[in-house]
Amino acid sequence: MWKRKDLLGIKELSADEINQILDQAVPMKDIIKRDIKKVPTLRGKSVINLFYEPSTRTRTSFELAGKYLSADTVNIAVSTSSVVKGETLIDTGKTIDVMGADIVVIRHQASGAPHLLAKHIKAKVINAGDGAHEHPTQALLDLFTIKEAKGAFEGLTVTILGDILHSRVARSNIWGLSKLGAKVRVAGPSTLMPPGIKEWGVEVYHRVEEALEGADVVNVLRLQLERQQKGLFPTIREYARQWGLNARRVALAKPGALVLHPGPMNRGVEISPDVADGLQSLITEQVTNGVAVRMAILYLMSGGGVADVPR
Amino acid sequence: MKLVEKNQIMDQDAMRRAVTRIAHEIIEKNKGTEGLVLVGIRRRGVPLAVRLQAKINEIEGINLPLGVLDITLYRDDLTTLDHQPVVHRTEVPFGIQGKKVVLVDDVLYTGRTARAALDAIIDLGRPQQIQLAVLVDRGHRELPIRADYVGKNLPTSSKEVVSVRVMEIDQEDRVVLNEISD
Repeated sequence: MWKRKDLLGIKELSADEINQILDQAVPMKDIIKRDIKKVPTLRGKSVINLFYEPSTRTRTSFELAGKYLSADTVNIAVSTSSVVKGETLIDTGKTIDVMGADIVVIRHQASGAPHLLAKHIKAKVINAGDGAHEHPTQALLDLFTIKEAKGAFEGLTVTILGDILHSRVARSNIWGLSKLGAKVRVAGPSTLMPPGIKEWGVEVYHRVEEALEGADVVNVLRLQLERQQKGLFPTIREYARQWGLNARRVALAKPGALVLHPGPMNRGVEISPDVADGLQSLITEQVTNGVAVRMAILYLMSGGGVADVPR
Repeated sequence: MKLVEKNQIMDQDAMRRAVTRIAHEIIEKNKGTEGLVLVGIRRRGVPLAVRLQAKINEIEGINLPLGVLDITLYRDDLTTLDHQPVVHRTEVPFGIQGKKVVLVDDVLYTGRTARAALDAIIDLGRPQQIQLAVLVDRGHRELPIRADYVGKNLPTSSKEVVSVRVMEIDQEDRVVLNEISD
């Protein structure tokens, strides 16, 4: 039974709650494949996308997820909103709230912004990425993709490769995978490793070959060029040579190992095009699964309020 | 809210005979099995649909296509429920365009489940006809819906609950009338 008002991070979810979302995404995915991609479930509910950072797939994914469930979805592009006139996050949130929003999906460059918003508005809040903190729906779609392909998490080794320091995807994935019983390895340049990473219950590797050996899943992170300070790594070419996932390196993982990437890809930097488009890549499947998982989340979070009615 | 068993409405034999009769009625009304498909409504409509399929095969030597319908996303009471019910998969692995769909459920009561099932079916395509088969019709309709095939008509009060128990789910075949006691 879903009890939470908001979905702010994976860290506070139990394994049961995560599994509940993954289970509900299965029938939702069937709907996406139908001719008539619409069910009446969330008729009369409104879902507001409030994005303070650029996004194509996450925003479109939430929008379509809402529409497939018959919710009214509205996108607020912050660059053309009152935010440029200096309105605070809380004021913007309260304005949306009193217009009758049921769910607000927020992406913000500051860690903790969704938590702040959730405290001040009646609408339910979904974190669609806050700074370098969490990106719970991305982790959930990664988990769904892995579960769909592998069946279960116990005994799996998942290598998260690349810029761990700036990655909210890495953080959410690490919490989620650990809760479900997978073994998590992280690998990347030591300058792109968060301090204290060893205490997160992951194995830290400093050579890509060792990190990939025997892995069941490789989740390649985007090199976040927009967040880089100078001097964390010499050049992009150097990064690609040292850490980029190519066919030769994929071959070190288990046969049939899955390759994931949250997108958007820097082709030829963190992942080579032949791997991105190769047989082991589930990158396009992840995008479809993203819609299914977000439908499941919108559905679970839209539970009513009154007493249970016997049927 | 507690349920107390009042009496047994059908035993295993009565259920079997009802399914046999409905199977014959389906074949008779449709003048054979041409274009017929069966769709069971989760949960207990599914094992009943499976039995109808086997019975029709016994009589006509034809195995009708069988689908499973989950109507959760089409319910009209989602916003009044305390929590969201679990959605299961709808598995109708054949086209229903132009087919005669026989919906199968255990109990027909308010008609709201049947209403939801009609919407769910129509979202999968445009059948030529939709018919409804139920094991028990207990009355108290809230919508203009009726069944084409009924195993047993059972007058009930709204304080009563009809429970169809099937081997596949409940490890027994019988229909029981329960009463809500506070």
